[in-house]
Amino acid sequence: MLEGSQNVLVLGCGTCVAVCLSGGDKEVGILASSLRMADKVSGKARVFSEHTVERQCEWEFIDEIQEKVKKNDTILSLGCGVGVQALSERFPEIHVLPGLDTVCMGMPEEEGVWVERCSGCGNCLLDKTAGICPITRCAKSLLNGPCGGSSGGKCEISPDTPCAWQLIIDRLTAWGKLEMLDEVQPPRDWSTSHAGGPRKVTSKDQYGGHK
Amino acid sequence: MPSAEQFEPEIVAFSCHYCAYAAADLAGVMRLQYPANIKIVKLPCSGTVDILYILKAFEQGADGVFVAGCLKEGCHFIEGNLRAERRVERAKNLLDKIGLGKDRVEMFFMSSAEGGRFSEVAREMTERIRKLGPSPIKGG
Repeated sequence: MLEGSQNVLVLGCGTCVAVCLSGGDKEVGILASSLRMADKVSGKARVFSEHTVERQCEWEFIDEIQEKVKKNDTILSLGCGVGVQALSERFPEIHVLPGLDTVCMGMPEEEGVWVERCSGCGNCLLDKTAGICPITRCAKSLLNGPCGGSSGGKCEISPDTPCAWQLIIDRLTAWGKLEMLDEVQPPRDWSTSHAGGPRKVTSKDQYGGHK
Repeated sequence: MPSAEQFEPEIVAFSCHYCAYAAADLAGVMRLQYPANIKIVKLPCSGTVDILYILKAFEQGADGVFVAGCLKEGCHFIEGNLRAERRVERAKNLLDKIGLGKDRVEMFFMSSAEGGRFSEVAREMTERIRKLGPSPIKGG
């Protein structure tokens, strides 16, 4: 990915990727140091500089580093896919490379273990499923209960994956509200999810309306 | 006077306050000889060693690094030494990818009473690094 680069800015982000220990200040330091040393071993002499901004997804924060960016031909971004794209759009003459693979919206279930919890479907049904998302946590995104592959509370795709519907049923049962599942969910309108194209949300009171 | 031919490794030893550093101190008190190649950096706990410290040591010209902490069941902070062990493992993998090789960094466990063990580790690491030769990135 770095073929042809000479001056590389390894750019971190201080928000989401920092808290999941993938792309913050420290990870920038580790990557830049490793790249410098690897270059020395292989006889290359690229220059790797380091910086971290608060968030790569906001123009105000990335505009702060314009001068620094101009001194480089490449940005190796440790931001999420949003950050990489914001940088690309703001600095179109610079090669912006993705240093990470962005996976999902998730949480650290325990130290060092991050699990997916939200698919960003745009039409939240967590009120109907005891706060457990079947869109995300069910491998088939089923809406009306488990499939035949649910066994011992586990999904057939992996013994490490709980069956989301088992979790939902268990919790509703504990609440004494299992009859909530008597309400059958009809075929879902997926147009609010990515299937409907890239989403755009405008807040009428926040939008200054200058354009 | 050291021979101009013989390579003298520079080794950084991240040592925990409660055990490894105390062991090093005891080695001194016991008048045990160990190679002067070892440069000790005291940390409150081996678990406070960060991968970046290890990488920076190499970037600044160290030929070898070791992290020394308490015996496995004896960490003053319960499991700092276990964290250090995992980080050293990660450092080994990184150093392999970088091209410096896994063997230039190591994790050791010892108690504060083991002055002998500290000097033994110092000797072992010095000889290991001497055989590996100077770090390929030394001298900028």
